[in-house]
Amino acid sequence: MKRIGRKNVARFFVYFALAAGAVVMVFPFFWMFSSAFKTSTEINKFPPQWLPGSLSLANFKIAFEKAPFARYFLNSVVVMASSVAVTAFTTILGAFAFSRLKFPGRDMLFSLLLSMMMIPFEMLVITNYSTIVDIGLWDKLPALILPFTSSIFYMYILRNFFQSVPDSLYYSARVDGAGNWRYLWKIMVPMARPSLVTIVLLNALASWNSFLWPMYVISSTDNRTLPWGLQVFTTEAGFNPELLMAASTVVVLPMIALFLFARKSIVRGVARGGLKG
Amino acid sequence: MKRQKWERDLTSHRRFSRVEPYLYVLPFALGILAFTLYPVVNVVFMSFKENYSHLTRGFTEWGVGNYELVLNDKKFVQAIGNTLNYVLLVVPISTSIAIVVAYLLNQKLRFSALFQTAYFLPMVTSVTAVGLAWRLMYNEKFGIINYLLSWFGIDPIGWLSKAQYSMAALVIFGVWNILPFTIILLLSGLQNIDPQHYVAARVDGAKSLRIFFRITVPLLLPTIFLVLIINTISSFKVFSELYPLFKGLPGPLYNLYTVVYYIRYAMVESRKYGIAAAAAIVLFLFIFAFTMVQLFVQRKWVNRR
Repeated sequence: MKRIGRKNVARFFVYFALAAGAVVMVFPFFWMFSSAFKTSTEINKFPPQWLPGSLSLANFKIAFEKAPFARYFLNSVVVMASSVAVTAFTTILGAFAFSRLKFPGRDMLFSLLLSMMMIPFEMLVITNYSTIVDIGLWDKLPALILPFTSSIFYMYILRNFFQSVPDSLYYSARVDGAGNWRYLWKIMVPMARPSLVTIVLLNALASWNSFLWPMYVISSTDNRTLPWGLQVFTTEAGFNPELLMAASTVVVLPMIALFLFARKSIVRGVARGGLKG
Repeated sequence: MKRQKWERDLTSHRRFSRVEPYLYVLPFALGILAFTLYPVVNVVFMSFKENYSHLTRGFTEWGVGNYELVLNDKKFVQAIGNTLNYVLLVVPISTSIAIVVAYLLNQKLRFSALFQTAYFLPMVTSVTAVGLAWRLMYNEKFGIINYLLSWFGIDPIGWLSKAQYSMAALVIFGVWNILPFTIILLLSGLQNIDPQHYVAARVDGAKSLRIFFRITVPLLLPTIFLVLIINTISSFKVFSELYPLFKGLPGPLYNLYTVVYYIRYAMVESRKYGIAAAAAIVLFLFIFAFTMVQLFVQRKWVNRR
């Protein structure tokens, strides 16, 4: 009896500690959403008001009128979609070559790539900025896609999966007359769907939230993506935190939705060391 | 005749199959070559070009002048100091919290999907957007944080307006932001520990706390080191956490200058690419040194076991 009692106390403590931590983790989002619906008098109250008086979308409307957030949103979607498509294409081809095809220097090249994985992007910014200016892409949306078409990390994930596919499959496909190209797209790619989904999700997140690079290469209002447009809005909005929170909600919500929808795939990908660092 | 055609086909096919792999690698390799390999090499060269002009691409001479300028620049020394400070606070704090949380999440729990969702949320959302919410929470007069602290009789703190509190504000936000990623890595490390170890310890009658420190933590060490390395690298590049908190400025009195800020100002404001390049190289050397030290310590620890 006594043992069970102590175990229950421990259980309770675990749940309590985890719940308290979870509240801290979620609170900034709650505060953002709650503030997004407050009126300007409600938001300046002290003690702060926990919930808005009404769920009016007025702040969103004003924010979208004060700055072209619809345009920013569209830009973000376009950049994300193209980036995901192009990167998936180069990654699939690259991973296939590095796992299935044989060519001289392959393994040496691959280790060279792995060693380049730890180079921080901040070191590349200076030259990449000049390159983008040189090829006339400065302040154009492709500037946000082009430098990220080849990700060593994504290629590494996919190559590991491709390598786990048994050779016999490849040889029987070859006997049936399928070339490498057909084999890759008809057999390998459908099989690699879980890995591909992970790569696509991580890439989508990285593209959507990207801030440092757009700040360097995009200047005109029409070409800003959401995170950069939002930071510019902080000066445009004046001291109107409720508008700022409405705009932030627009930036954050799509990715929260994506996460609720595909948590497991995203977590699996991150567990392999991706996203940060 | 027929046989010759067959042979020709075969050789042409062979020739193609020799080229084919390179065609597959080509798109990937082009991207790496243009936007990773070339920039790395170029930034090294650029850092040794004195008085480099970004317009003419000309420079006066080769030398270490940029490095001398950077290392003697008070702002850069301050930036390095702040960055180191940030790294040395954020990395240990986030890692220790994450170990505990990951350990708790690894128990067989109800609502574990709910808990995971809550803890991992900051990972998928834009740092710069959530940073604005933190700025609102940190507000000296109306902020919810000062209100909650007032329950405990603490006077309002100028988190974002006073220089002495600004680093604390940044570190708290930084820890919160990096926690999800850290927890995920440690959680997957915990899940890889063979449950047999625990069974054996239980049989020997070891208490939970003892099991945690004598079995869980040591077996988790490789993952902990991995986390330390990755988080050190990403914390050295602190920028997107800082930007939204102080309206794009590095701290209330420019007191939170970090290295990435320095690089940005050198490039965008004073247009001194050589200086920016030298600063970037110094940043890389710091990251490299820290990584090497951690790898070295890790090897020592592994050897001792």
